[in-house]
Amino acid sequence: MADTNNQSDSGQNSRLTWEGCSVLLDINDGDRLVFARLSPAAKLKIGNNNCSLQPLIGCSFGSVFRVETGSEGPYLARFNSSSEGNVNNVQENNGFQSKEESRDNRELVDDNKAQSLTGEDIDAMRREGVTGDEIVEALIANSATFEKKTLFSQEKYRIKKQKKYAPKVLLRRPFARSICEAYFKKYPVRIGFLRVDTLSLLLSMANVSANSDVLVVDMVGGLLTGAVAERMGGVGHVCSTYVGSTPYPMEIVKIFNFGNDICKSILRSSLDDLSSSNNGTSEQIGQHDDSLIVKGGLNNDQISSVCAEEICDGSEIGKSNILLEDSNSQVLRNCKSVKAGQKAPEEFIKFWKENGFSSLVVAAPDLDAWTLVKDLLPLLSSSAPFAIYHQFLQPLANCMHNLQLGKMAIGLQISEPWLREYQVLPSRTHPCMQMSAFGGYILSGTKICNV
Amino acid sequence: MLAIEPAKKLSFTRCISDGDLVIVYERHDNMRAVKVSEGSVLQNRFGVFKHSDWIGKPFGTKVFSNKGGFIYLLAPTPELWTLVLSHRTQILYLSDISFVIMYLEIVPGCVVLESGTGSGSLTTSLARAVAPKGHVYTFDFHEQRAASAREDFEKTGLSSLITVGVRDIQGEGFPNEFASTVDSVFLDLPQPWLAIPSAGKMLKDDGVLCSFSPCIEQVQRVCETLRENFTDIRTFEILLRAYDVREAKLEGCQDDSSVSVVALPSKKRRQRSSEGSNAQETQGSSIAMARPCAEAKGHTGYLTFARLKCFS
Ligand SMILES: C[S@@+](CC[C@H](N)C(=O)[O-])C[C@H]1O[C@@H](n2cnc3c(N)ncnc32)[C@H](O)[C@@H]1O
Repeated sequence: MADTNNQSDSGQNSRLTWEGCSVLLDINDGDRLVFARLSPAAKLKIGNNNCSLQPLIGCSFGSVFRVETGSEGPYLARFNSSSEGNVNNVQENNGFQSKEESRDNRELVDDNKAQSLTGEDIDAMRREGVTGDEIVEALIANSATFEKKTLFSQEKYRIKKQKKYAPKVLLRRPFARSICEAYFKKYPVRIGFLRVDTLSLLLSMANVSANSDVLVVDMVGGLLTGAVAERMGGVGHVCSTYVGSTPYPMEIVKIFNFGNDICKSILRSSLDDLSSSNNGTSEQIGQHDDSLIVKGGLNNDQISSVCAEEICDGSEIGKSNILLEDSNSQVLRNCKSVKAGQKAPEEFIKFWKENGFSSLVVAAPDLDAWTLVKDLLPLLSSSAPFAIYHQFLQPLANCMHNLQLGKMAIGLQISEPWLREYQVLPSRTHPCMQMSAFGGYILSGTKICNV
Repeated sequence: MLAIEPAKKLSFTRCISDGDLVIVYERHDNMRAVKVSEGSVLQNRFGVFKHSDWIGKPFGTKVFSNKGGFIYLLAPTPELWTLVLSHRTQILYLSDISFVIMYLEIVPGCVVLESGTGSGSLTTSLARAVAPKGHVYTFDFHEQRAASAREDFEKTGLSSLITVGVRDIQGEGFPNEFASTVDSVFLDLPQPWLAIPSAGKMLKDDGVLCSFSPCIEQVQRVCETLRENFTDIRTFEILLRAYDVREAKLEGCQDDSSVSVVALPSKKRRQRSSEGSNAQETQGSSIAMARPCAEAKGHTGYLTFARLKCFS
């Protein structure tokens, strides 16, 4: 069988966490999403509790943790329950109930008197070391109306109480999929509303694979660069290019658990340097710090200061940023000897000029597609595929039209992905009530030889 | 198709040589795969094309027939391959394929199981995603199909990344030698629920499974079976809407007032300013307009994903 674990690459594919590892913490089924670095010092605030992330080190991704109260206060404990699956099964209701159920809610009166346990009772239970789950059971046992609720409402009630008294932390791998989904859910503006299915199409259409040289214009915080680099696994190069003298921020790249090979494969170079006929470079030294950059245009105030960014609901913002940042700087010192996004060395630029890039991917919400593409296309080798994302149709229509007129490319197509999720439950299968109605547009094609 | 050996990098200064697979492009809806062979010719409605004229030209070149007709010769990619492969079964297309690769979290080095192989449309993209060090093991119980798929992977140069096995996956499950070693599993089978217990055994903890089914009844049974050992069960449908782009003038827009919408024939147009087209719109020329194509695929299948619960 194939040798699967490429240990040297500090475990991009590792299924266990390690100290210094970047993780996505999914709290209460997506209510809060937090990117964090695991270290003994890192802490996460859940409800009123500050919990150390130490217990998460060395665990499998996919593990679930619960806040338990021990002699030294609340801590995160590994949680294994066979009933855990139920939580997933109830997604939304809104009136679609099983026909097989006969109970209904005609007798329910909501008068706050239904619950006989008081806040003090619960606090007392906590002090005695009663687990969150047991508190939830007690709440159910002391609810006068629980029995009268429909099965569905019972489940909803249970979940609501669980979220409050037995919050769950799911440990997830920070992959292009989970990172894109987290940002799309909580901060879509920062990633130019790039939906995960759209991102997946960009990668396919541009034939992103190991052993290629992919030219990228990433004005979506580094998500695109990271996703491309993830697909290439450190074999070949991603060249992130930019218009002007300041590179675009690529903070999101740091959220991926890239080892040295992948970090090394991510380079950047200004469009001027790539296009100029001489080999001189125009960039000034001292402008390297990505995090200081303020770019113009629509998203001025949206620049992420990621590293260990907290993504959470508006109500939660600001609660727990700081603690994550400490742990991060420490990690950078510990293990990141190679930084992603170094300036491309001369010999690479020379190589690309001679051979051309093998493909192009663009996600630049603030730039005109045609203006950009007419400068980028000459940098590709002929027969190279490309994929341009935009939130708006018109710039792509223009660009496509001009490419046709200039006979610069063939197989030109504008496509718009449409993604619908389904709730699948016994006798209650239907499309989800909420869907993202908009995933943007992609212009794709293949560059042809103009001689 | 892939630059598995770095020497064959897709830097396309690499020229077409005898024995290469090229995609012959007539129009976006008319392409085919051709193996270049010194003495052969390609014949189509545009005339006769000699392969010997192609050798030594870069990929992406326009080549001419004896009658002056032309075609383009493109380097094969999994996307192009999906459009030209010979259909021995129903196949997966771009939108489903892309989403599957992303959602299965397939990256270089992964080990992936697939069944059935069918026409190998998805397999080709799986191979690209695991390259250069991973591997795809794909199974079909139909001997002939498996053999044809093997030939195709040979032709596309992917055989070092793919192993095709003949096996009844619904009846026997995946081979035990893969137990707990697999990153992702993909099922495109008529009764996928029969293969799910085995798929669960093959996956590493937190590994992802995907099942593709055209019918909702199949999805229903899949989800019921998944609930036992899997979590994060989600079902999606993904479609692509394509757009037509026309250059047109609208009545009342500028000076021209003769007709409501005129799609101009794409005549050789006046010089475009280097500013791009924005500058011209304001000068009162016609603009490029887009609208969805009238015909589109309305349904392919449902994609159900789930993660193996983590007990360790
Ligand atoms: C629709 S095709 C798969 C197409 C494939 N996804 C593609 O993109 O080309 C389904 C395949 O499953 C195979 N198949 C059906 N039942 C099977 C079984 N029990 N074990 C293995 N293969 C099976 C069929 O022979 C057929 O080739």
